[in-house]
Amino acid sequence: MSAEKEPLFSSKNIKLLTDPMNDSNPITVQVLGICSALAVTVKVKPAFVLAIAVVVVMAVSNVVVSLLRKTIPPRIRIIVQLVVIASMVILVDQVLKAFLFDVSKQLSVFVGLIITNCIIMGRLEAFALNNKPWQSFLDGIGNAAGYGAILIIVAFFRELLGSGTVWGYKVIPESVYDFGYENNGLMILPPMALIVVGAIIWVQRAKNKKLVESN
Amino acid sequence: MENLVNIFIKSVFIDNMIFAYFLGMCSYLAVSKTVKTSTGLGLAVIFVLGFTVPVSYLIENYLLKEGALVWLSESFADVDLSFLSFIIFIALIASMVQLVEMVIEKFSPALYSSLGIFLPLIAVNCAILGGALFMQERAYNNIGEATAFALGSGVGWFLAIVGIAAIREKIRYSNIPDPLKGLGITFIITGLMGIAFMGFMGIKL
Repeated sequence: MSAEKEPLFSSKNIKLLTDPMNDSNPITVQVLGICSALAVTVKVKPAFVLAIAVVVVMAVSNVVVSLLRKTIPPRIRIIVQLVVIASMVILVDQVLKAFLFDVSKQLSVFVGLIITNCIIMGRLEAFALNNKPWQSFLDGIGNAAGYGAILIIVAFFRELLGSGTVWGYKVIPESVYDFGYENNGLMILPPMALIVVGAIIWVQRAKNKKLVESN
Repeated sequence: MENLVNIFIKSVFIDNMIFAYFLGMCSYLAVSKTVKTSTGLGLAVIFVLGFTVPVSYLIENYLLKEGALVWLSESFADVDLSFLSFIIFIALIASMVQLVEMVIEKFSPALYSSLGIFLPLIAVNCAILGGALFMQERAYNNIGEATAFALGSGVGWFLAIVGIAAIREKIRYSNIPDPLKGLGITFIITGLMGIAFMGFMGIKL
């Protein structure tokens, strides 16, 4: 019964929310959800929209699966999870098409690919199936935010160095260009996303020694 | 025929699933530790893609697209079910993977045991759903083109994972900075391989 008396934001619950930001970041540590993370990070805006979409899908499907956790037969749980995720993604996709049509065009198939984004399935399997709805909700928000944070960091550097803008606004003044500064066209190309993520992993693990792999 | 070859080559090299779209990265990073297992997974992906994309093409064109149901009755001409495509494609992929698994188990137990756990994992490999969605977005003219695209993407994915596995086997003996070991260096190598693959980009087919 002690669990019911636990305050909504006990330190354990806060940890669920903040851990994925660093120690168990979905992208750099758990290696989940790389696919969509890299392709949409040319500009900050689509990256931000995708991050929000993932937060919504993840929080809601975590709660739904957590509510159903005692009734889902283990043998068919993967299909049930996929159906829950897919229906959420359809909702998000329709909302994006209605209100943010340009961004939805830019994201193209990557909204649909949230379904197979391993981060969502992974958290449902690893967390929501064994935990209460409120904890699952926090875990969903935390992991999706950790994912979104990496997405936005990568997009920020790629947009700043690649096209000299942030969120579509020019930030590098004209006078710098007059000195002979050029946008680095390489940053816009897809492979640079991988290298930027590699660099983020390097920085993070250099600061956080316990994440270093032995291999 | 020439057209089909063009689509095939284009999806192997120019629109490579991993280097141009980053699809299927999760299993790509997780399974690419040895050449042997990655060959098995790569073959399974070619197989499943070659099955699911043509079938999704048929579903898309005879069930989901606006006016696709005309063959049933004229009154369905303005029914548009395309918003259902995500859920139908993923159900199709999950059941196809299950089916392929059963067929392989029945007819080739040796291959089945060598693929092991990777078969079910393909259901959540984004390369497969990505293949189905790109097929939908690019609106191929007939099922032959869709199949050529599917096989090409599968072969491209296969080449990429076998390549990175070979490199990872070699760099195990290299002196890499500690924080970069494992995941970090794999990302950077994939990026460099991607840049190499971009050399194909200028080719017009």
